[in-house]
Amino acid sequence: MSLHSTFEGWRDFRLAAENLAIGRSGRALTADLSFSLAGGEALVVTGSNGAGKSTLLRTLAGLLPSLAGTIRVSGDGIEVGDPPGLFAHYLGHADGMKSGLTVRENLDFWAAMLGRQGSSAEAALAAVDLPHVADFPAGYLSAGQKRRVALARLLVARRPLWLLDEPTTALDVAAQQRFAGIMRAHLDNGGIVVAATHSPLGLEGARELRIEAQRARGATA
Amino acid sequence: MKSPLAALLLRELRLARRIGGGAAIGVVFFLILVTIVPFAIGPDLNLLSRIGPAILWIAALLATLLGQDRLFQSDHEDGSLDLLRLSDAPLELIVAIKCIAHWIATCLPLVVAAPFFGLMLAMDATALAGTTATLLVGTPALTFLGAIGAALTASMRRGGLLSAILILPMAIPVLIFGVSAASAASGGTIPFATPLLVLAGLSLAAMALAPFAAAAALRGMGD
Repeated sequence: MSLHSTFEGWRDFRLAAENLAIGRSGRALTADLSFSLAGGEALVVTGSNGAGKSTLLRTLAGLLPSLAGTIRVSGDGIEVGDPPGLFAHYLGHADGMKSGLTVRENLDFWAAMLGRQGSSAEAALAAVDLPHVADFPAGYLSAGQKRRVALARLLVARRPLWLLDEPTTALDVAAQQRFAGIMRAHLDNGGIVVAATHSPLGLEGARELRIEAQRARGATA
Repeated sequence: MKSPLAALLLRELRLARRIGGGAAIGVVFFLILVTIVPFAIGPDLNLLSRIGPAILWIAALLATLLGQDRLFQSDHEDGSLDLLRLSDAPLELIVAIKCIAHWIATCLPLVVAAPFFGLMLAMDATALAGTTATLLVGTPALTFLGAIGAALTASMRRGGLLSAILILPMAIPVLIFGVSAASAASGGTIPFATPLLVLAGLSLAAMALAPFAAAAALRGMGD
């Protein structure tokens, strides 16, 4: 894809979780989660409300401490013991946009802050079909447009692991299909997608991890 | 490519300047506090010029507290804080940069305005210069201490009052040495430099230690 024309992809990037127990405030939601993902693989996390999908993603990002078990990333240029969060994009319920700054300022800021410059803000906005909003204050955008700018953030800084919490919230059908294409391009580059969702993402061959509160389940192929 | 910390500093300064940033509110609040005092105390010029440094310091302290609670709260609400934590830059440095930007946007205008507002309190030139110098040296301590309170209350709505209650006791030493240095500038038994150096020490200590405390509070917040 043209987005990554000069970029050769990640080599041997892997994410592995072993006997992971997740929870909040020391209270376990799920224990004994084990899965291993290689570059190019996607994992869809499903489960009822409150089962711990968001908690799992936040734990993988390093935003919450895990109660037990290990999370490891490995690959080219990654040292043993590097925190996985440094290689992760996290897309949560909030979009991480400052309404007082323009869309371009927001994206340029995150590109500098998250490191490893990817596409320019213009190219990333074109990829989410919002080329005309670059100089608008982010506060003027609709919920769906804000979401698409948040998705454009995934492109302005290159990080191999995408942790997406309900990424398609507020997106229309066309934007969902566009985003499926962006995710496929990321997987083709050797990246990994872990997404918590209730709706289908349009990723063929994605593995599914079903989380049930207070019950341990492993990943199924 | 810009360095992450330079980008953060630029973003914070931009946000402070734009609508809703509230940088100018601090100076206006400072002006109002300084204006109210002569009305309350009465037009006794000798009394006003004697307590002028103290009034400027208390007004500066209250004006710094105003808006300080938003330091991390707004980033927490819009999800930016999660993303900042995924940056290569350590959270302690991010906290320090945010404090520096906050100081430039809200405290530096107070320092610049102080000599003009001091005129309304019938302070003479040496007292004005002394008070301005102590505010310049002492306000970084207030900002960095305030960051601890802001970090502890970042996830609370209307956490501003709680933050103020947590921080004001810690600000007392800053106030004592700030006012005593400012008073020493216009005469007295102690030399100006002694309390000023203690004040500088307090600021340096707050700048060195507060980012660690605030970063620890922010890390523990989601848990």
